[in-house]
Amino acid sequence: MFNSLSDRLQDTFERLRGKGRLTEDDINVAMREIRMALLEADVNYRVVKEFVARCKEKCLTADVLSSLSPAQNVVKVVLDELTVLLGSTDSRLTLAQNRTPNVIMLVGLQGSGKTTAAAKLAYLLKSQGHSPLLAACDTHRPAAADQLATLGGEIGVPVFRGDGKDAVAVASGSIQEAVDRLCDIVIVDTAGRLQIDEEMMEEAVAIKRAVRPDQILMVVDAMTGQDIVNVVTEFANRVDFDGVIMSKLDGDARGGGALSVREVTGKPIKFVSMGEKPDSLEVFHPDRMAKRILGMGDVVGIIEQAQKVADEQQVADAERMLREGFTMDDLLSQMQQIRKMGGLQKLMGMIPGMERAMGQMPGAAMDDSQLTRIEAMIHSMTKEERARPKIINGQRRRRIAAGSGRTVQELNQLIKQWDEMNKMMGKMRGLAQQGGGKKGRRAMQQMMRNMGGGQGLPF
Amino acid sequence: MGFLDSLRSGLKRSREAINEIFYMGGEVDEDFWEDLEDTLVMGDMGAEVAMRVTDDLRDQAARENLTRAEQIRDALARRLAAEFPAAERDPFTDLPSCVLFVGINGAGKTTTVGKLAGRAREAGASCLIGGADTFRAAAIEQLEVWGQRAGVDVVTRERGADPASVCYEVVDEAERRGSELVLIDTAGRLHTSADLMRELAKVVNVTRKRSSMPVSVVLVIDATTGQNGLNQAREFNDALELDGLIVTKLDGTAKGGIALAISSQLGLPIYRIGVGEALDDLQTFDAQEFCRALVGEGM
Repeated sequence: MFNSLSDRLQDTFERLRGKGRLTEDDINVAMREIRMALLEADVNYRVVKEFVARCKEKCLTADVLSSLSPAQNVVKVVLDELTVLLGSTDSRLTLAQNRTPNVIMLVGLQGSGKTTAAAKLAYLLKSQGHSPLLAACDTHRPAAADQLATLGGEIGVPVFRGDGKDAVAVASGSIQEAVDRLCDIVIVDTAGRLQIDEEMMEEAVAIKRAVRPDQILMVVDAMTGQDIVNVVTEFANRVDFDGVIMSKLDGDARGGGALSVREVTGKPIKFVSMGEKPDSLEVFHPDRMAKRILGMGDVVGIIEQAQKVADEQQVADAERMLREGFTMDDLLSQMQQIRKMGGLQKLMGMIPGMERAMGQMPGAAMDDSQLTRIEAMIHSMTKEERARPKIINGQRRRRIAAGSGRTVQELNQLIKQWDEMNKMMGKMRGLAQQGGGKKGRRAMQQMMRNMGGGQGLPF
Repeated sequence: MGFLDSLRSGLKRSREAINEIFYMGGEVDEDFWEDLEDTLVMGDMGAEVAMRVTDDLRDQAARENLTRAEQIRDALARRLAAEFPAAERDPFTDLPSCVLFVGINGAGKTTTVGKLAGRAREAGASCLIGGADTFRAAAIEQLEVWGQRAGVDVVTRERGADPASVCYEVVDEAERRGSELVLIDTAGRLHTSADLMRELAKVVNVTRKRSSMPVSVVLVIDATTGQNGLNQAREFNDALELDGLIVTKLDGTAKGGIALAISSQLGLPIYRIGVGEALDDLQTFDAQEFCRALVGEGM
């Protein structure tokens, strides 16, 4: 299995190296690869055919950028075309201003993730300051209402279950319930249905008629294959949805269905759902989706993810430092972090104006060898000394200095620096305890985050 | 409605598409082959399998001098059927047996367990359901409703309990009662989540070790799944050493071609296919009939 379209095209164009321009035959070869990549990504066959034809046209007529290789040029054309097709980043829900409550209805096949999406949407709306109500209109699947009730309980959103028998009655009842509870948005979760199940489609239409939703969102499994076209066409004809939530995108499905949906129905993808947690409903990015469909990897997404993980780690570290005090190991890891980012000098260079400011301060010369020396000294300490630097007495100082090849004076300086930082940490601890509660903790976390980034270093 | 009828109605759309090709003039030319390949791709068989099947058929046509579309139709049905490996043993009738159901979220594991329990009960086998999906909200409740409908007891624990320990208890209980068929539902998970796959491997290992009955691990797959289904199956197979497949939701317009791709590439037999909502709509899989229905014989 090929991983990336660009790798593939690279191979195709390998033998064309040196050629200044591409002939129509060359482009045909490239288009075959693109066709395979799109089919592997589950883009519908008919959509692929049209799309490839359009791309070919573009490739033949487009201005070729001389800075790119032929393969890159073709990829660029395809990627641009794909991004345009996938649509704009319009993830807003269009809700009527003068209507309370607003109603959002979710529809889709069985197992596409409607109930989970309903809870996620409620969570999102709640965090935006709305007061949502979930309506459990899936009266067919056993315990579907229980599932919604549990999820609602977890995110603190009320769930209206009604009599649990007649979906239309539950839907209508939920509107009254929302008025009584002063909720401003009702999210109607419906049963999964096959688009060819006449009775069930009728029910969806009946619910729609009863609650007159502002927005109908169709939940589509990112793993769906070729059949997606039949499904969305029928749903579009019968219940006429306004947008799509793509679910299960946290897997490795390429999600070519997104393109098919856009192409066939013209409806925008509004959200993508990326996991089991309630906060994993994300805004749709057409450019990233385009890359994903072509198997080029969602680089930006990965970077963001890595950042998130790193931040979490930092906050956890910072909290531990607050609880247990700042150790020499912490100082060491901060320094290693700076190293990883390219050393002090590079970091300073990246901050505008910093170099000149430092130049004007004599004696403040920064060099990375200083980091190396400090590292050496910390490495020469015992575990106990690192955890509780207070125990480092004169005798130990002499030993550490000798072990690291530095002078006792230098070591004294290091211990003094540590002492300063530890004191600062102590102040913060006092602040956090004093402030208490959520607000204090958040303020502390913010402070720690700033420190954790290496800006708190005392030199 | 008999098996063939419901299967046929489920696969009607794909048959229509294939019939279109076979009726276009009835002549076998370059367009015919291209259309055939297209149609197979549209059935989610994957570009790779579609090309292989088409190329094989093309060779065969040349060799055996098949010039009429009608003749190709038979050859196609046989060719497709040959892609499916046969099941050595049916874990749902060859008792005693313990079966674990695995798959991604929303594939239809819980529903399948419910239906199979109902079938077993009708057939007079003593059956026990194990609810090892302790993660999803209300999964246990859903399974209990199915248990009540089927008249089969459900052994489970509260939400958040360790699924491996649930399985241990289920097998314990089954031995105490002398149950012949044990069906264990697990939580749906994406094959890309390494932690959850490890958890599932533990569940399977515990069950395999503890159980004195033969244990089968069955992947439940949604017929609407596209090419990602192959990744799914591969990952699950690597982690758990699957025994076979159950394909659900074949009653839609999806052709379930991915089932063929998975079955043939991983050498996994298909034990059952779901062609409707009713209890009886979970059918034994017959490759010949499936392919004949797909291709449309004698119409």
